[in-house]
Amino acid sequence: MEGKGFFIDLTKCTACRGCQIACKQWHKLPAEETYNWGSFQNPKDLSFITYKLVRMEESLENGKVKDWLFFPDQCRHCLQPPCKMVGDMDDDKAILQEWETGTVMFTEKTRNLFAEEIRNACPYDIPRVNEETNVLSKCDMCFDRVINGKLPACVLSCPTGTMHFGELEDMKKMAEERLAEVKKIYPNAVLGDPSSVRVIYLFQDQPSKYYGRAVATVGPRLYNRKEAFAKLFRPTKRS
Amino acid sequence: MTNHYIDLMNSDCILMMGSNPAENHPVSFKWIMKAKEKGATLINVDPRFNRTSSKSDLYVTMRSGTDIPILGGMIKYILDNDLYFKDYVVNYTNASFLVNPDFGFKDGLFTGFDAQGRSYKKDTWTFQMDEQGIPKKDPSLQDPNCVFQLMKNHYERYNLDLVNDISGSPKDKLEEFYKIYAATGAPDKSGTIMYAMGWTQHSVGVQIIRAMSMIQLLLGNIGVAGGGVNALRGESNVQGSTDQALLFHIIPAYMPTPRANLPTLEAYNATTPKSADPKSANWWQNRPKYIASLLKAMYPAQDPATSYNFMPKLDAGQNCSWLVLFDHMFQGKFKGFFAWGQNPAGCGANSTKTREALSKLDWMVVVNVFDNETASFWKGPNVNPAQTKTEVFVLPPAVFCEKEGSISNSGRWIQWRYTGPKPLGNCKPDGDIAYELWEKIRDLYAKEGGAFPDPILNLNSKDIATNHVFDAHKVAKLMNGYFVTDKVIGDKTYNAGTQVPSFAFLQDDGSTASGNWLHCGAYTEAGNLMARRGKEQTEMQANIGLYPNWAFCWPVNRRIIYNRASCDPQGQPYAPQKAVIKWDGSKWIGDVPDGGWPPSERHPFIMRPQGYGQLFGPGLADGPFPEHYEALECPFEEQPFSSQLNNPVALVFAGEEEHRAVCDPRYPFVGTTYRVTEHWQSGVMTRWTPWLLEAMPQNFAEIDPELAQLRGIKNGDKVIVENMRGAIECVAMVTPRLQPMMSMGQKLHMVGMTWHFGWVHPKDGGDSANLLTPSVGDPNTGIPETKTFMVNIRKK
Repeated sequence: MEGKGFFIDLTKCTACRGCQIACKQWHKLPAEETYNWGSFQNPKDLSFITYKLVRMEESLENGKVKDWLFFPDQCRHCLQPPCKMVGDMDDDKAILQEWETGTVMFTEKTRNLFAEEIRNACPYDIPRVNEETNVLSKCDMCFDRVINGKLPACVLSCPTGTMHFGELEDMKKMAEERLAEVKKIYPNAVLGDPSSVRVIYLFQDQPSKYYGRAVATVGPRLYNRKEAFAKLFRPTKRS
Repeated sequence: MTNHYIDLMNSDCILMMGSNPAENHPVSFKWIMKAKEKGATLINVDPRFNRTSSKSDLYVTMRSGTDIPILGGMIKYILDNDLYFKDYVVNYTNASFLVNPDFGFKDGLFTGFDAQGRSYKKDTWTFQMDEQGIPKKDPSLQDPNCVFQLMKNHYERYNLDLVNDISGSPKDKLEEFYKIYAATGAPDKSGTIMYAMGWTQHSVGVQIIRAMSMIQLLLGNIGVAGGGVNALRGESNVQGSTDQALLFHIIPAYMPTPRANLPTLEAYNATTPKSADPKSANWWQNRPKYIASLLKAMYPAQDPATSYNFMPKLDAGQNCSWLVLFDHMFQGKFKGFFAWGQNPAGCGANSTKTREALSKLDWMVVVNVFDNETASFWKGPNVNPAQTKTEVFVLPPAVFCEKEGSISNSGRWIQWRYTGPKPLGNCKPDGDIAYELWEKIRDLYAKEGGAFPDPILNLNSKDIATNHVFDAHKVAKLMNGYFVTDKVIGDKTYNAGTQVPSFAFLQDDGSTASGNWLHCGAYTEAGNLMARRGKEQTEMQANIGLYPNWAFCWPVNRRIIYNRASCDPQGQPYAPQKAVIKWDGSKWIGDVPDGGWPPSERHPFIMRPQGYGQLFGPGLADGPFPEHYEALECPFEEQPFSSQLNNPVALVFAGEEEHRAVCDPRYPFVGTTYRVTEHWQSGVMTRWTPWLLEAMPQNFAEIDPELAQLRGIKNGDKVIVENMRGAIECVAMVTPRLQPMMSMGQKLHMVGMTWHFGWVHPKDGGDSANLLTPSVGDPNTGIPETKTFMVNIRKK
């Protein structure tokens, strides 16, 4: 498969937040007003102005801490992005997929889409809306850096060798080799949806221990009653 | 560091204790991860399971302040199981030295204790000498008075049961730790220690580090790739500042500050270390050359014997360390104070005392990028500006990327940096500010005279500034040094005004000037070696990531110091697969050797008078062997290792006993302080950086779930942490990463906080944890005991 990819080796992540903050710096995103909610993790979630977030989860065994798992969450730049499939129904210029790198890009035209639908379409719960303008945002693979031969800001900042970026095929190979090595110490180690995304995470333990939406759930998307009716009765085009 | 950051990747076992590299030295983790990839075992021993623990192969919990029992237990384990590197210990350490038979240790005290003066007379802490004045030795290590046997006896008490009881560390984990680490005693294996404030900030801080140094010597881990004793410095250029005498007791390049009882240069030079052993390099015997060159650098017009009289002198025995300085200020004994690039009101122990001390000043000059708790102390909480007499001046400095100059990292690598953007408005580099101040002061002295104007009027300015502005290149060249007069050395003539090639060429007769003999070789006729970014290396150098052409490393670009100890007496590396130096028959290859003498011609520890690594260390204030004492504030009335509860010579201040809690039921929890990745020091720069504040917005108190339940606190609740010195408000972080510790029959809970926050900004961030820390310190360094004290916590 052509195009770019990330390999994110979570066995090396120390949650230094370099990636989280490098992303803010490169995109000149404003800081959120945060408060300490009882965790080192902050902001609490991705948002319109937070594209990269280091999620932290304590993993316990018999009430004692076994691990502290770190998950630097970001858009997966799926090979067949569900967000684009849904978005194209209303404005096929809103969500773009660049042919050379594979970058999945949200544009200003996302204001013409149904934000909740786009978010719900994403297996990883990544898209975030600006409530005032209805524009959606997320990681853009630092497209402006990448087409100029530079690494994405998060990858450049990573000190431990967690974040890697390059040709997708090379990243896949790296991921598979590292998985084989890591399985000797972590038998539950697994790659995150390696055949459908450009951002391949290596988890040392079950992905659900890191974050509920770390990998795509198996099986069809289930809609509750409210969501099903909303789909039935929505207008055919957003005005 | 005796080694350097990249060298970490060469280690077989990395011990991270008294430090939290993942959080506070994140880039070091690059090399730690490389070591792990190559098969190294990572061990983390810490009261909390933190971000470093998450990446470690073995995590061992411990009660804060029990480092010496744990390390003493390892020394006993190594000796009991014969795991020490025999040849190394016999040939390169003072294990075989015979000690004065009058030396002893009984019930927590070494011989020579003066209870009145709260100090030790060290007349018995000496070695037996032969007729030539060389220490007597027993290479079989059997003599009951030899260091080895004395050490074995001393650590007999540090058995696994007692270590477990006092530290709360599980026995099985301790044994696993000892087993894995002691395996690096094999000749071709190396273990390394990364430590920081978790070790230094105790009233027994220096002794903790000594204990580890002893372990490293026993295991043959000093001078080798992937080994060493590696301090992680806390600021980008604190190493450079220390090298240039930031601390009161030294002048540039670690020479002792002149004292009033050494009134002449001759008297000063009479204290130069001596050795009668022809095989001891005793490198400090060259000190007269370094002091003469320093004096010549400072005072070009005078000969060193004259300009020695210009040097300010301390009284014999005078202590001017941080806590003493602020106690002096608290007593109203200072008129003025420069708080230059620091925030004492937030970063110094016992902030309440510090903040009150500031109010006794007539004036204060604060040089800092942002407003902070020191500059604005006069309008702080509970302070009435109308009743505060201090006049505060604030000067605007440039930030780190707006100035040119060198930065020395923990690994002694001196790396040159260039000016990026120009400073904003009237902001100036610190050098510019200092030089401008000096010129004004000098002019006032010239005009008005004074008690003793000469030391000011005669200071070198031609080698410091260009057109009245501080010149980093000139200063760097002066620190390297130059020939003052034409000088013939060997068969070569060195012309006046040319740079000295290395400190081997410095003279004691005033013919050379050098501002810092360790920087000699950094800026030579070849240019500014600190600016080099070459990656070329020989295969041998590349094998261990030496990078000899990247920047300049002091001394003389030697990257791993004491490296002669990495080879056997024939000059062949003990670990050929990661050799540091090697004798090829006519010379040493690899790193810069610790002296070019052929193998066995000199003992490897060249900076010690006798040339051997010190298992018995007579130079410290509190004893030649580390011994466990409880922190000055502790929850115990007695401890099992001896009747001495605390360090008998710890630094304390008269009248403050009532401001300390020992077994005080009001303050039953162990408080500790630390830092996180997202902020830096007292947060003066980072609290004003929105993206960093976003990631870590408020001060917090980490507590275990049982303590939380005891006090009815839920995760995220606002809490007050308090003791008799102060109180702070923060957010409770209830986490199983902290667990209650069982120690000597008591269940103890810990409360951990950062000292990154301050009342100036943000308003809801909380104030510094240093409002809680005590003004007591280590007797050798004076460093405050901010890692172990007592507190209470309650829901707000």
